[in-house]
Amino acid sequence: MMHAPAPTTVNATAPLLTLSGISKSFPGVRALNDVALSLYPGQVTALIGENGAGKSTLVKIMTGIYQPDAGRIAIDGRPVELASAHAAFENGITAIHQETVLFDDLSVAENIFLGHAPRSRLGLIDWRTMRANAREVLETMRAGHIDADARLRDLGIANKHLVAVARAMSIDAQIVIMDEPTAALSAKEIEELFLLIEFLKEEGKAILFISHKFDEIYRIADRYTVFRDGEMVGEGRLTDTAEGEIVRLMVGRSVEHIFPERTPKIGAPLLAVSGLSHPTEFEDISFELKRGEILGFYGLVGAGRSEIMQAIAGMTRTSGGSIALDGETLAPKSAAEAIASGIVYVPEERGRQGVVIGLPIFQNVSLPSLSKTSKNGVLRLAEEFALARTYTERLDLRAASLSQDVGTLSGGNQQKVVIAKWLATKPRVIILDEPTKGIDIGSKAAVHGFMAELVAEGLSVIMVSSELPEILGMSDRIVVMREGRMVNIYDNDGLDAETLVRAAAGIVA
Amino acid sequence: MKSLAKHREVWLAAAIALLVMLVAVRFPGFARPDNLLTVFNDYSILVILALGQMAVILTRSIDLSMASNLAFTGMVVAMTNAAFPGLPVPLLIVQAMAIGAALGAFNGALVWKLAIPPIVVTLGTLTIFRGATFVVSGGAWVNADAMSPAFISLQRAEVLGLPVLSWIAIITIAAFFVLMTRTSLGRSIYAAGVNPTASVYAGIDVGRTKFLAFCLSGMVAGLCGYLWVSRYVIASTEVANGYELQIVAACVIGGVSIAGGVGSVGGAVLGALFLGVIGSALPVINVSPFWQLAISGGAIILAVVLNARGEKNKGRIILKKAATA
Repeated sequence: MMHAPAPTTVNATAPLLTLSGISKSFPGVRALNDVALSLYPGQVTALIGENGAGKSTLVKIMTGIYQPDAGRIAIDGRPVELASAHAAFENGITAIHQETVLFDDLSVAENIFLGHAPRSRLGLIDWRTMRANAREVLETMRAGHIDADARLRDLGIANKHLVAVARAMSIDAQIVIMDEPTAALSAKEIEELFLLIEFLKEEGKAILFISHKFDEIYRIADRYTVFRDGEMVGEGRLTDTAEGEIVRLMVGRSVEHIFPERTPKIGAPLLAVSGLSHPTEFEDISFELKRGEILGFYGLVGAGRSEIMQAIAGMTRTSGGSIALDGETLAPKSAAEAIASGIVYVPEERGRQGVVIGLPIFQNVSLPSLSKTSKNGVLRLAEEFALARTYTERLDLRAASLSQDVGTLSGGNQQKVVIAKWLATKPRVIILDEPTKGIDIGSKAAVHGFMAELVAEGLSVIMVSSELPEILGMSDRIVVMREGRMVNIYDNDGLDAETLVRAAAGIVA
Repeated sequence: MKSLAKHREVWLAAAIALLVMLVAVRFPGFARPDNLLTVFNDYSILVILALGQMAVILTRSIDLSMASNLAFTGMVVAMTNAAFPGLPVPLLIVQAMAIGAALGAFNGALVWKLAIPPIVVTLGTLTIFRGATFVVSGGAWVNADAMSPAFISLQRAEVLGLPVLSWIAIITIAAFFVLMTRTSLGRSIYAAGVNPTASVYAGIDVGRTKFLAFCLSGMVAGLCGYLWVSRYVIASTEVANGYELQIVAACVIGGVSIAGGVGSVGGAVLGALFLGVIGSALPVINVSPFWQLAISGGAIILAVVLNARGEKNKGRIILKKAATA
């Protein structure tokens, strides 16, 4: 069942999968605007773009999770509709994600054949055949070292990827999407994955490879497609295109967005981080944050930026190094301690880590300040309301009432509530992690304007962002991180986007 | 969300009123105020226990050991009374609450410090506390003869026309209302249940909040240990056996979400009273105990279905408002 007849006449010029005119909007955000993508049998196409360029939205459309607002999808020239994840599966499209979505507590064989397990005459699962078939698939992929009876939990990530590929093979998927498959792999494992990709190419599969790493892209991909701000800005054969050209396409001219004019009044150093290390996430991080300064942290997703900020904010333990605020050494053991000493962290995932949906706006704002709005554990509601009113008004929050559930607000307004809640603690250092991720342009401008006001008042801001225009438009200095280490600290004075992208991607100039 | 929760309470109150009226059609005496007050008094212990359980469930936990805690504490208090009949009863009540809170703290500490799932912890202590009751009593009973008259009569004394037991329930309701809506602990309990991750980022110690919720449920279980043994004038290892399910049922019927974060004092009280009306009404109209159980069970499932529907409606409301916001 797994052996599809080998494609005898591969027409290299006819794409297997064609997407054209695809558009997709979310409330307040246009994620994809009239994009096109073609995948060819036996070839690897790299999808390249900054965060927020629309790559994951496209993957979700290809796997039937999102429905496009407009556009056509065709397989082998025949139009298809991917109305559900199941429809995508039926059409031979499979995706292998960064964090593979498989079942940890099932065996390798069960994972491979889940949903299409061989049946015995009684309609029960034919375990013997299933194991044999699983072994056969793994052998074909030169992954015979994986025990079909092993529990998936006991395998490393690289082997989990192999199982995911085996699953794709077992359903005879013709189109394989690999979404940052190397993100958590060691160098040796990456090599093994590349051998596997070579094998899939020989089998005539059309592969979409998403990665931020240029060395990998040039190593394994045949073609490239570049997305920027939800649009397709270029495609072609990699052999004809130099790295610099792709970086230029990625960065390009950014969307029209005006960043607030400001004349930084930068004072003495306030926060000093020195040699900060974590056993697995980051190493030897040293920087200073000055009064009235916006310090940008740029890097690829997974470069360790959020992890450092969480350590500074008392959320994780470090294995070495020191943090000092205004000359006083700090070792916050909880968020409460960091907040008390004047450092607040506004987390990246607004829905999960930021707002408490189900509680009214005023209770969201006062949450980190409960000790200030209560006396002996008894809340003083009038003070709570006053606090919430002061800070939500400063952020120009649009809401009918402060007693309404925060879940009834739009994303941009929810973000304002989140920022208000942290400001209400009267911090000295505010760490904003991807402060404008997923919010509309208007709210973005409001958040940026507000950041400018804060630093003008002498507050210090650390901004973690993967959006180049934002990093370049707002920061006074920029720290670039790569794989848990600092690459460099740049003064944001005539700095260009390409320098940052190259540093973050590890391209030696 | 607030208005929805209120709707649910209004709906539940209406269901209780309807039930009372249906029974009153055949037995008009059932709806008389003095009878309804008797029903309230009869189910005061369940009301108090449901409030403690609510605090725990709100933090995404569950306390299955409350009835065993009650049995153990009741036994210890009854034995103390039998051994030292001269000790004033209020002191015994304090003793009961302290022992109950200590047992609750034991549950809470396992949940907090060892991060064991609450259902596992309290399933274990359900058996342990019941076993400990056997150990301290040697399997013997403490009955009316061994208890002092003050021990038995305190909760029956009438103040302003209501028995002290009813007053204790009313005071507990008021105390929980203040606790849940007017204190930072109450706020932390809701926040930790609705979104534990965001609560941690906001500097709330979610583990400690759970611990305190277990202390609360333990404390009210201890209080009810005294109330139970003095009301039924017997302390034995079998006291309140299986009652933990009634307590959880009262919460669920009252709209306390097992997923945590959603629920109110009013809801938990009405949930307990709903079970109270069913329990009191069905014998009056000659329905067998088997049917009583089945009807209670049906009410639980109906409540869960309605809760799930409520959640869905909530989603739609969000979308509508977000579009206009």
